[in-house]
Amino acid sequence: MAEHADHPVAEHHAHHIVSPATYLLIFGALLLGTAITVGASYIDMGPWNPVVALAIACTKAVLVILFFMHIKYSSKLMKLTVAAGFFTFLALITMTLSDYISRAWGLW
Amino acid sequence: MDSHSIATEQVHAEHGHPAHLRHHFETVEQQREASSFGMWLFLLTEIMFFGGLFTAYLIYRNWYYPAFVAGSHQLNIWLGGINTVVLITSSFTMAMGVWCAEMKNKSGLVLALGATLILGLVFLGIKADEYHEKWEKHHIPGASFSVESFVHPDDPKETPLAYDMAEKTQMYFFLYFAMTGMHALHMVIGIAILGALLVRAWGGAYTDGHMTTIENFGLYWHFVDIVWIFLFPLLYLISRH
Repeated sequence: MAEHADHPVAEHHAHHIVSPATYLLIFGALLLGTAITVGASYIDMGPWNPVVALAIACTKAVLVILFFMHIKYSSKLMKLTVAAGFFTFLALITMTLSDYISRAWGLW
Repeated sequence: MDSHSIATEQVHAEHGHPAHLRHHFETVEQQREASSFGMWLFLLTEIMFFGGLFTAYLIYRNWYYPAFVAGSHQLNIWLGGINTVVLITSSFTMAMGVWCAEMKNKSGLVLALGATLILGLVFLGIKADEYHEKWEKHHIPGASFSVESFVHPDDPKETPLAYDMAEKTQMYFFLYFAMTGMHALHMVIGIAILGALLVRAWGGAYTDGHMTTIENFGLYWHFVDIVWIFLFPLLYLISRH
């Protein structure tokens, strides 16, 4: 058991505290995004409707992750972890789709 | 058993670190980072869990698009929209809770956790009402499922579906119940934990400098919000024009 009576443990405070003002701003942006996505669904954009809907959803998710979940103010380890999550999810979608597209598309 | 493993304030004050710093960590910041890391790893497994359902949705929506349009039109866009606003607000109140814990503001934390919990219950209440409507209209997949509303729609603006495509709306509703049901289960678990955190916060926990639990629960709650942020447009907003 290390003797730490000799050297008091240093408090390396990299811990950034996000202000309520930032939270309020992001909250407003999320509400705006919700209104836009509902409004956009009533406009006929052909094949672009789901693209726009997903783009808005991804933007909202990024805002929640960066600010509500503090990733913007976190260490590189945390940022890398979140990126790894995205990457693995993209691998799931890409590999599944490449299987269907190359073999079973239209054969339902 | 050596005296260092007894977590008394006096012992820890003697060698200069807060009581809540466990001895296998060098600093409080390292401990906080390690627990956040663990929470994020769990959230990554959750991304893959819901990811599987989203992938199934992706495939079947492309295969049976008219059925998915018809199914989506059966959902109430207002209830879905209100629920989205409710969850986004609950994420805001949860973030404020984290801030209150950081500021050692006990009453603020209790208020924020309480607001988050109430908003979570409102969400589930609206969901229950929506599920009940599905039950009444025979839109729950299985033996009682009826394709009547799709073959002979009441609304003149709805295009009727042929029987074989109308049968595929069961796939849409199966995914609707699976995805929103799994999401609702995560909400229920979150609300239960919120209750426990509320009681402990009331007793003074989390506003004494050690608020990692609130932070990490916040991560879980925001994640559940993000899942709904994707569920709402994908389930409720298919071809509403």
